[in-house]
Amino acid sequence: MNWLLDLTPDEWNAVRLSIKVATVAMIASLPPGILLALLLARGRFWGKTLLNGLVHLPLILPPVVTGYLLLLTFGRRGPAGAFLAEHFGIVFSFRWTGAALACGIMGFPLMVRAIRLSIEAVDRRIEAAAGTLGANPLWVFATITLPLILPGLIAGAMLSFAKAMGEFGATITFVSNIPNETQTLPSAIYTFTQVPGGDEGALRLTLISIVISMVALVASEVLARRVGRRMDIE
Amino acid sequence: MTLSVDIRHRLGDFAVEALFDSAGRLTALFGPSGSGKSTLINLIAGLICPDKGRIAVDGRVLVDTEARIFVPMHKRRIGIVFQDARLFPHMSVASNLRYGRWFTPASERYAKMDAVVELLGIGHLLDRRPAKLSGGEKQRVAIGRALLASPKLFLMDEPLASLDEARKAEILPYIERLRDETKIPIVYVSHSVAEVARLASDVVVLSQGRVAASGPTEAIMQRLDLLPAEERGEGGAVLDTKVLRHDEAFGMTVLGSPAGEIRVPKLAMAAGAPVRIRIRARDVMIATARPAGLSALNILAGTITAVRPGIGPTVEIAIDCNGAIVLARITVQSKHTLRLALGQEVFAVIKTVSFDSATTGAGLSVEADG
Repeated sequence: MNWLLDLTPDEWNAVRLSIKVATVAMIASLPPGILLALLLARGRFWGKTLLNGLVHLPLILPPVVTGYLLLLTFGRRGPAGAFLAEHFGIVFSFRWTGAALACGIMGFPLMVRAIRLSIEAVDRRIEAAAGTLGANPLWVFATITLPLILPGLIAGAMLSFAKAMGEFGATITFVSNIPNETQTLPSAIYTFTQVPGGDEGALRLTLISIVISMVALVASEVLARRVGRRMDIE
Repeated sequence: MTLSVDIRHRLGDFAVEALFDSAGRLTALFGPSGSGKSTLINLIAGLICPDKGRIAVDGRVLVDTEARIFVPMHKRRIGIVFQDARLFPHMSVASNLRYGRWFTPASERYAKMDAVVELLGIGHLLDRRPAKLSGGEKQRVAIGRALLASPKLFLMDEPLASLDEARKAEILPYIERLRDETKIPIVYVSHSVAEVARLASDVVVLSQGRVAASGPTEAIMQRLDLLPAEERGEGGAVLDTKVLRHDEAFGMTVLGSPAGEIRVPKLAMAAGAPVRIRIRARDVMIATARPAGLSALNILAGTITAVRPGIGPTVEIAIDCNGAIVLARITVQSKHTLRLALGQEVFAVIKTVSFDSATTGAGLSVEADG
């Protein structure tokens, strides 16, 4: 056990950074994830198939390509990157925020998919009943739809977190592999495998990575089950 | 209150064209499935917008396509009870009941939680989840939930259709109490003659998307031709009577009506209580002289006021018994043999045992049923 937890400061930073990046990526993707899932589940508009394809793109493209596109768009000289840096002081390139952006985008299709499925399972007649009781569409969403899709939200958030914990290709392409700034667990493991005598460190971080993922998975299962039991849908 | 509807709406190749006014306490929209009842309810509720037309309740316009008015459903203040109760599965019964209160301005809240819970007998369910309720309990909670939003109009869309006979019998008295104890007008959708005859003050008959007839329940229930084929046997006279006394020795109740005393199997109701009964036309025999040596107990004297051709080899004969119209359905042959004609004095004969829980309402005590 001591051997496992006897980490160098850099390794600790990688662990902490990974958890931070994955958490931020998950939380930041939730609002747009819900919105897009709603749009895809309920909306009827021209270009829906195209939008669906775009959302799923990170799942199909090689992660390097996604990372490179992010670099072009959100890099210092990229159109979005320059705009955000100038007006809001938000910089993505070679920062941990960039890693969070890359991880969020890579996990986005998984999250949207899970939420979309749960929205499609909601009985719209129950929402209509809430409407006839005087609730406007926003209230109906907040008090009926949102609670009913909570298990789906948890599953989607979990998938996004897990994907972020394991994301490597897009992150390293977009924000490189800078210790203490953008070196997440996978990058740190990769670095260990590239130096002689790094096997022990790689194994240590691999085990930690497995533990974190398992804990997150079990926690989401427990949470989803508790929510499900509380709801007891017929 | 008056509900006035004048709309046209097309759904695929099915068109609904409805024009009627109703000022009744409980207006039944009556017709077979596919006649456009539910479409009409959805139009009044605001779940769909009509292609053309106008709907107003008490002068308050809900829809007017010409004036480009469409009040969204959450602003209509119409309480709806659906066929499937549609309770919120993630909330307790108490939270379900309270849901509508949030959205009703305090000054317009007339429904009180305690009173509603008492009215519907759901006090013991408050902490439960909807999934743990029986069909009848769900429907009662759904009625309470709609009522607690303090609606200006109640719509009930076949609230009993998905329940078995026992559950129906459980709910019907509550709907009667709702009709009699609150001031809210009710629009009640049904394809069942028994429900409509028992509950409605007015009936709008729908057939293939059009209004076939509308008027007071007593008048409409006599028009057997308006009833759906499978319900035609249920049609007949609807009489509002009063319990005169109970005949304990023979297990019967004597009802008073303008037509005379009517004996039915014993009802569990106090003397003086109002009872609405339905006399099925097929249960009524006609005699040209007062019959003697007959087992049937109810013999009502009257005058033939109408003779209408019925379905198949039958005729429908309306008999005015001192102001109450009793309808008899007999064979054409009988009519010829008895030489029945308009204005003739005859006797309507009705067996006491032909009354059952479906024609005398909830008052019938169980042992006398069937």
